Amino acid sequence: MIRGKPDDDEYWNSSKFKAFTFDDEDDDFTRLKESKRAVNSILVEDEDEEDEVEKVNWSGEPVGSISWSVKETASNIRSTGEVRDLSFPKIDTAPSLPKNSSGYSLSSLFKGKAKTGSLQSFSESFSEQSLRNYAPELRKPKSEYKDYISDWTPEETVKRMQQGKAYSLEKFHFLQDKLLLLDEAVNAHDGNVITAVLIFLKKSLSKEILFRELIAREIALRHYIHYLKEMGEHKHLVELFKSLGRTEDMALMQYRDHLNIKDENRRRDFLKNCLSLPFSQEDATHVLDHYTLLERQIIIEANDKHVESSSQADIFKKYPRKASILNMPIITTLYYSCFYHYGESEGTYSSPANIRKTFRISDKQFLLTCLGARAKLKAWFDVDALFTTKNWLGYTKKRSPIGFHRIVDILHKNNAPVQVLQEYVNLVEDTEQKISLAQKYKCHDVIINTYRDLKDRQLLIGYREKVERSSPEYRKIEELLCNSQIRWKN
Amino acid sequence: MAHSVRRDAPELPDFSLLKRLARDQLIYLLEQLPGKKDLFIEADLMSPLDRIANVTTLKEHEVDKLYKVEHKSIVSTSDQLCFLIRPRIQTVKWICDVVNADKAVGKFRRYKVIFCPQKFYACETLLEEQGIIGDVTTDEWSFYLLPLDDDIISLELPEFFRDNFLEGDQRWVRTAGSALHLLHSLYGPFSKVYGIGRCSKMAYESWREQVKEGEQRVRQADIGNVFLIDRDVDLVTPLCSQVVYEGLVDDIFRIKCGCVEFGPDVTSSDKSMKVMLNSQDKVFNEIRNEHFSQVFGFLSQKARNLQTAYDKRSGMDIKQMKTFVSEELKGLKKEHRLLSLHIGASESMMKKKTKQDFQEMLKTEHSLLEGFEIRECISFIEEHINRQASMVESMRLLCLLSLTENGLLPKDYRSLKAQYLQSYGVDHLLTFSNLKQLGLLVEQQPGETLTVMESRVGKLVNDKTAGKLTDAFSSLAKKSNFRALSRRLNLVPKSDEEYDLRVPRDMAYIFSGAYIPLSCKLIEQVLERDGWTGLEEVTRMINGHEFAVTAGSNGSDPRGRSDAQRIILVMFLGGCTYSEISALRFLGKEKGYKFVVVTTAITNSARVLESMLDNHA
Repeated sequence: MIRGKPDDDEYWNSSKFKAFTFDDEDDDFTRLKESKRAVNSILVEDEDEEDEVEKVNWSGEPVGSISWSVKETASNIRSTGEVRDLSFPKIDTAPSLPKNSSGYSLSSLFKGKAKTGSLQSFSESFSEQSLRNYAPELRKPKSEYKDYISDWTPEETVKRMQQGKAYSLEKFHFLQDKLLLLDEAVNAHDGNVITAVLIFLKKSLSKEILFRELIAREIALRHYIHYLKEMGEHKHLVELFKSLGRTEDMALMQYRDHLNIKDENRRRDFLKNCLSLPFSQEDATHVLDHYTLLERQIIIEANDKHVESSSQADIFKKYPRKASILNMPIITTLYYSCFYHYGESEGTYSSPANIRKTFRISDKQFLLTCLGARAKLKAWFDVDALFTTKNWLGYTKKRSPIGFHRIVDILHKNNAPVQVLQEYVNLVEDTEQKISLAQKYKCHDVIINTYRDLKDRQLLIGYREKVERSSPEYRKIEELLCNSQIRWKN
Repeated sequence: MAHSVRRDAPELPDFSLLKRLARDQLIYLLEQLPGKKDLFIEADLMSPLDRIANVTTLKEHEVDKLYKVEHKSIVSTSDQLCFLIRPRIQTVKWICDVVNADKAVGKFRRYKVIFCPQKFYACETLLEEQGIIGDVTTDEWSFYLLPLDDDIISLELPEFFRDNFLEGDQRWVRTAGSALHLLHSLYGPFSKVYGIGRCSKMAYESWREQVKEGEQRVRQADIGNVFLIDRDVDLVTPLCSQVVYEGLVDDIFRIKCGCVEFGPDVTSSDKSMKVMLNSQDKVFNEIRNEHFSQVFGFLSQKARNLQTAYDKRSGMDIKQMKTFVSEELKGLKKEHRLLSLHIGASESMMKKKTKQDFQEMLKTEHSLLEGFEIRECISFIEEHINRQASMVESMRLLCLLSLTENGLLPKDYRSLKAQYLQSYGVDHLLTFSNLKQLGLLVEQQPGETLTVMESRVGKLVNDKTAGKLTDAFSSLAKKSNFRALSRRLNLVPKSDEEYDLRVPRDMAYIFSGAYIPLSCKLIEQVLERDGWTGLEEVTRMINGHEFAVTAGSNGSDPRGRSDAQRIILVMFLGGCTYSEISALRFLGKEKGYKFVVVTTAITNSARVLESMLDNHA
């Protein structure tokens, strides 16, 4: 790799975006490898302390009994028993209803909770007990007495629900009361309570009325949609979307159901039915593609399975199929077709040309996929043909919709031999890039020829040191350097 | 490694108390069901549970067999079953099936469902509808906060992000409020709370209500200030490739609950190894916040030091050798083991990233952040899609493009979407719909090109007029305004200046000097200004719901330690990345603060995007 500055280390550490590199040949990497060797080579008699790294424990204090522990916790809090008003200001979170602050205390909260068999909360465990022992009655807030009247306002009801206390929704008969309750839940920003109220409304209101009221209540609506989704109540959801006029959401939701169908023929039929759903124009095309694709895949799969099992074609014997093509993406299908069905006429469903046309695949995409498949098969002749164009005089020229440096990368990843790589490295226009690729892939000829064309004697001499003595490359450089015909620039 | 550390940085409070509280409560709950019982644990509760208790603890409280919740029929023979689960409809449905299946064959058992960290009415309604309340008793395990390290506390609720920002379900708001309340009671009282984002505001309110309902005792505060931030205030940062060591390890190996599993390629043996990554690992602690390029140098230096330490042995007499073995050898061996592990990890990460053309990927990301050569970026993304390279990475780049450019041109959007569906499957239509809903990947609406004009005009006229203009335009659509924000806050340092990663000068080092994370920059600015004054335009562009509140006069502690005021609890609602934590640690060192990061979960680009996928049954 050629770098402008003599001190590599300096350069990589100070330059901005290229501050570090993941290239194999990089010094850092070599350095790392060296460190690794060094560390591994340090000889130490290794006893069976293997697990020491694994069991780093972080807190690990021994526990006594639970009560001991709770007491410990309590003493950790340097509480003085002095109550202080730590008032933080309320901030406006939403258009809220007028509120009168209610003085529920923590103790009432836990009494309520105890009924449902829940545990004392943390804060109670270290702060409440002592107080309650001394004056339990005094600590009982006023609101507690209302337990027996069960006449809570929407606000109180929501608050009780938040705190996990007993509550009752039955008395909210009037529509106005129900909606007030819902709005109050929304105002409390507690999704859990909002959903609870919605479940109650779902049971006690007709769909039409509920949907109508939800339209104007975006937050509640989103909770309702999420709840229905989680419960898997798709029919109900479809009706909701319909009444909201959200037809695209409805279509997508129904389309989603195909994922639950395992049998490919039933799935195909389901997708066919989806075609009539009110998708956006753009999405409708994609869904049609999905249907067409699966339809073709079913045909191709049946045919290829037969051909494979009856050993009619060599390609399947040489490269047995690893998986079925069903439900694979379009590009995977194209790759498959380029792999197993290359050269078939456009008339067959399985031919690359047919797939390209049916699914409007771009030139660039087609080339990339084709290249990958043919290179995998080491069909270098096919690869060559992909880029060759003839002009009207009959001269051939290599063209590509993507940079040849990318082509080289792809070929290299498919283990193309140097002879093949070389040809494409040569087609890279940018000289610097060409050299760096040639160095990366050891295409000596390309480098030597480029230096020759640059008339750069010094670089050539430098390169001579990097190739093996008595190799053909070495000889070639020697010959060039002795060639008096070349007018070197240095 | 060579940061100038301010000596007066305060000490962090001890958070291991949180673990003890959680463990004690769990034990209490298990004892509520006396006798032998089998315990079914929700898969994603297993790692958090591991951090606070172990099998012995459970066995001591008569747990017989342990199972993972797998939504299949069960094989247990125990007559008492206990389920430790997240409050999810799917899991509760499965429990209903289990109970009803038992009933159908006349099998009698006792069932207890423990919801963590709280129960939801929807779950209880389901139990009621299935007619099994009574057979099943329910409880709550208020295990809100898991300390992952000295300065990281996680709620371990990755679903928070999707539930809140995509579905618009506020079910976790009170949970966040309760978590804050717990921290307030144990380490407060807080004297100042700053915040930005709708959810932050609601969480603050929920916490305030809970404080009002309870009583606060006077104690000396450990933590003075709190900053709440919604993840959707800054979606760009979590979508960037991480290049700080800890973040990179998370991107590649996925750190789970502070623990990572290194495969055979790292351990250079035939088995995998689970390793805790935290400040207890001395080698890791020194490299976790470093840019990856700085890590090699450090590790080789360490290796040399280690060699020297071992070499000391050669000239020792017996007595010296004895001291060496008893005092130093063990430490050296441990360091040796850690060192080879992290060298192995670095090596493996290098290899993986080389394969993925990481260099070019980073270049594209930086261009997007800078707003430079966007066409080239689009072709890079297109080719990435065409080559069927990683599905999530393609999505990540598309989202970054959309966020930084305020949406894609309709032509580009259509073409890239079509190619994406061809490469990765048409059912990603559902993913695209989700991304649009969240605002991660959108089409520019006609008229939005006005933003360009707006920002130009903004430069010419004074700020007030620009503000009015922004107001007028902001109604057009939900936009990220990234470019304008980036200019305002200098998020992208000038590219002609060289950035020395050895001596980072600002938080941009976590992204190779290319970008200062918006989230952390906001925190820095607000702390500096003690509020949002002067940031009006910024908050308007974020559509912020910003707030800054101080405890009432009798609330602020007159004896308040100045130390506590410099300990800042930052709560990320919707997740934060390791890179952001590194950036905050850097900021803390510069300014003499200590940050405690509380997050609903540790996230990264893959986790954010995977939560948007809908193409599975």
